[in-house]
Amino acid sequence: MSVKQLSIFAENRPGRLSNITHLLAVNGINIRAMSVADTKDFGILRLIVNDADKAVAALREGNCAVTVTSVLAIRIPDRPGGLAAAMQLLYDNNVSVEYMYSAFISEKNGEAYLILRADSNEKAEQAFEGKYHLLSQEELLAM
Amino acid sequence: MGKYWNEKIECMGPEEMRALQSERLVKQVRHVWDNVPYYRAKMEEKGVTPDDIKGIEDLHKLPFLSKADLRDAYPYGLLAKPLSECVRIHSTSGTTGKRVVAFYTQHDVDLWNDCTARAITAAGGSKEDVVQVAYGYGLFTGGAGLDGGSHKVGCLTLPMSSGNTERQIQFMEDLGATILCCTPSYAAYIGETVKKMGKSPDDLKLKAGIFGAEPWTEEMRQEIEKSLGIKAYDIYGLTETSGPGVAFECECQTGMHINEDNFIAEIIDPDTGEVLPDGTKGELVFTAITKEAFPLLRYRTRDICVLTRGKCACGRTLVKMAKPMGRSDDMLIIRGVNVFPSQIESVLLKMSNASPNYQIIVGRENNTDTFEIRVELTEEMFSDTIRSIEELERKIGQDMLSVLGIKAKIRLVEPNSIPRSEGKAKRVIDTRNLV
Ligand SMILES: [Zn+2]
Repeated sequence: MSVKQLSIFAENRPGRLSNITHLLAVNGINIRAMSVADTKDFGILRLIVNDADKAVAALREGNCAVTVTSVLAIRIPDRPGGLAAAMQLLYDNNVSVEYMYSAFISEKNGEAYLILRADSNEKAEQAFEGKYHLLSQEELLAM
Repeated sequence: MGKYWNEKIECMGPEEMRALQSERLVKQVRHVWDNVPYYRAKMEEKGVTPDDIKGIEDLHKLPFLSKADLRDAYPYGLLAKPLSECVRIHSTSGTTGKRVVAFYTQHDVDLWNDCTARAITAAGGSKEDVVQVAYGYGLFTGGAGLDGGSHKVGCLTLPMSSGNTERQIQFMEDLGATILCCTPSYAAYIGETVKKMGKSPDDLKLKAGIFGAEPWTEEMRQEIEKSLGIKAYDIYGLTETSGPGVAFECECQTGMHINEDNFIAEIIDPDTGEVLPDGTKGELVFTAITKEAFPLLRYRTRDICVLTRGKCACGRTLVKMAKPMGRSDDMLIIRGVNVFPSQIESVLLKMSNASPNYQIIVGRENNTDTFEIRVELTEEMFSDTIRSIEELERKIGQDMLSVLGIKAKIRLVEPNSIPRSEGKAKRVIDTRNLV
């Protein structure tokens, strides 16, 4: 059970982030989570949006290099140690995390969501099986 | 210790020179016809035989040779002597197809050395001089060319090759070098390093420099002359025509005298191939009339240039060529190395099925060429991690280095970010203002 993440290549120059987010806004796309990884010359903007297909079309139209990756969106209890327990579980199952970032998907129920890409998403999914809830694309779209 | 290396030739009257060229041309055309089937086929295709070439006035009847012919005939197709008679090979950098490989008999090496001896003499050199050759030695013609001329003149020769600049300056100072031979950008760099080392031109015995193998400006000349306390002389040549020494500058510094007894120069219209009168801007074409092993007839240099005839204030009558004012193809000379945009394209094609858009940015900082290649990232090249993008940049950089022979800074840019005019991306931005 994974969700689609958009990764956008962005040169480090003024106005780039504002352009991309504006492009999504005018297409009625809601950003649910976001992270930026950057170097001296360029960055990768990673986004979880409500409608990934529509967002990809809009970004391509706007001349962005965009790629779609499957990532896991796991729900963790919003309390001290919530994240640590999930990480311990991955470690115990020999899964390494490529990157992760938090999402602002849900403010209700005292729950937080974490976006995660593992060296093997499949193994990570198995590890979380029955212990954590993984968000599906449909659930994401409905939120 | 004269002013000229070969006064008879260098100051020969125009009629006598034409007669000498005619005689040599007729002989050379016969030699090529007999020994180079590739060129013979070109002549036959044009309906020309050696009997049609009775003198220099018939030169225009001969077919042209171009870089494409060199590629088609690689490596031995234009060789006019058995390999057992050849003693030397030189080559330009670049991959097969772009690389020029030239062959020399001992006779050819001697003639070439004679050409560079004239250049050294014109720069005030004699057997009393110490000549520091800081051109690269090896396949590149710069080192061997000036080294040979220096030996011929009888100068004490310092075969330093390029690099290790502080040591160059130390040798220069300790051993009293009087003439420096290298690329103009390296000369400028040596000048800066002299200053950085807390030395001044007065610490050196240098009086002259012979600089070539890349385009340089009058401003650069003045800068080099000041920083090293010398008079700076230009020299011209191509590997195809043996190397540096095809033409050399005299003390008047108003163009380079072409060694006409070895090379007949023509200016043509690059589009029609029609020969243009002296004083008209056009593409420079050389016919080698004395070389044995690799005698190119009517070779198109792609350099845009002007020829001036008449007796020079230095006394020489050899025709003068202006500094090349550009190219009739898209070749760039970056840090002395020939670079074609098509080479860059071929590297990028291997990375991605669809050739990504790219742009070459060439500039000059501190007298050294800067070279950046911007590549528009395509979605198939792009993956989600920083690591993989940096890996891609590194890979492109390595491939460019191995294909071009020089290092380029690779910068990945966003799709469609390279400006296009009339749908076509502008491939080259060269801010060096060398013309
Ligand atoms: Zn002169």
